Amino acid sequence: MEGGEPKIRLTAVNLTKKFDRKIIFENISFELSAGSSLAITGKNGSGKSTLIKTLANVIEKSSGEINFYSDGSEVKKEHYYKHIGFVSPYLNLYDEFTGYENLKIISNIRGINGDNINNVLKKVGLYDRRGDLLKIYSSGMKQRLKIAFSILHNPLILLLDEPTSNLDSEGVRIVDEIANDYKKDRILIIATNDENEKSLCESEVNLDRGD
Amino acid sequence: MIKQAFAICKKDFSSEIRTRYAINALLMFIIVVISIIKFSLGEEKLSSEMNAGILWIIIFFAASNGLSRVFVSEEERGTSLAIKLSAEAKSVLLGKLIFNTSLTFIINFFIIFLYIIITDLKISSIGLFLITIILGNFGLSSVMTIIAALISKASSKGTLYPVLSFPLLLPLLLASISATWLSIEGTAFSGISGELQIMVSYTIVVITASFLLFDLIWND
Ligand SMILES: Nc1ncnc2c1ncn2[C@@H]1O[C@H](COP(=O)(O)OP(=O)(O)O)[C@@H](O)[C@H]1O
Ligand SMILES: [Mg+2]
Repeated sequence: MEGGEPKIRLTAVNLTKKFDRKIIFENISFELSAGSSLAITGKNGSGKSTLIKTLANVIEKSSGEINFYSDGSEVKKEHYYKHIGFVSPYLNLYDEFTGYENLKIISNIRGINGDNINNVLKKVGLYDRRGDLLKIYSSGMKQRLKIAFSILHNPLILLLDEPTSNLDSEGVRIVDEIANDYKKDRILIIATNDENEKSLCESEVNLDRGD
Repeated sequence: MIKQAFAICKKDFSSEIRTRYAINALLMFIIVVISIIKFSLGEEKLSSEMNAGILWIIIFFAASNGLSRVFVSEEERGTSLAIKLSAEAKSVLLGKLIFNTSLTFIINFFIIFLYIIITDLKISSIGLFLITIILGNFGLSSVMTIIAALISKASSKGTLYPVLSFPLLLPLLLASISATWLSIEGTAFSGISGELQIMVSYTIVVITASFLLFDLIWND
């Protein structure tokens, strides 16, 4: 990454989202490149989750622009999924499969080999429980599996929406570690109100509107 | 894209095997309906036209019971986000299409097999009968798949399904019933080539439209 174009760049220009006529957020702009991190803050219902989903390209923006460059060329919208890791309260994995099977299924669907599965399971501390059905996972274990899901494919951009909810202190430490690792040479975005999560990020957008 | 689609289809099959979400309800439905037909008929023989009609009524309702699950169950369980984050929209559609088509084939061959045994149906042109069923299956599963995607976003999922799918499927059902009837009677290929053409073009139009539409449905 020496000189020239940064390897990864994510920009948002005047991003606006409305549900029907209701404005959720308006004219959000920022620019992030490899090695930077952003906290999205604001009170409950201010649009943090909506903004982070829009960045992940799982819901449509109403207006404005999102651009994502990797190695100097723009990544097509339909290929975002290859480079984005996303932990979200709205994400569920399959109850009828084990932790390992879930990650195996996701690897197959992604078209990547499963070499990384055991690594990420160890990283989130679920390796010993990999053979248990998700049905019997605790909420904290499910949250850990979501984190494993988000880093399975070594994404360039890691989007975390309230990543430490339901986690114990060891879980929080694991998230800190992963977040610190990603913001070194990739892009990290966290939607949060948690002071500790916020402190992991170098910059901040606040979605509360003065009214 | 093909590989990813097969991975999604395989996931759905493994999931079905574990949960028996669709299969149990379907088997019950098929066995109940066919038994009722048997008991009410007694020793009476139905005309080929009636047989074709009844057969497709069973197939239609079995399909609308079973095939609607594919998107609805992901949406209800909140797992669609995991899929959205792991594959392109068109791979997802193709995967679900392959799954639904395979399921349709399994269900329908089971229905037809039972129906033939129980009503002692004699089919004169077996080859044409099979071609009709196969083409009908493709048409049916392609319509059912895109409708399942549409209603998975609606709030009254269960009731919407037959209501929406029936008018859309009407041209296909009419052609299928007529071709089935004629093949039971023993027609030559030329006798049902019109119907078969309708069924093929219908399926092609539906699948093409599905791929164009699906992006809009999938990313809300
Ligand atoms: N699908 C939707 N349709 C309509 N309104 C929505 C939808 N999703 C979220 N909202 C609304 O958007 C606002 C922001 O929600 P959200 O992004 O989840 O907030 P946060 O994550 O900051 O707590 C809320 O008022 C919520 O009711
Ligand atoms: Mg939120």
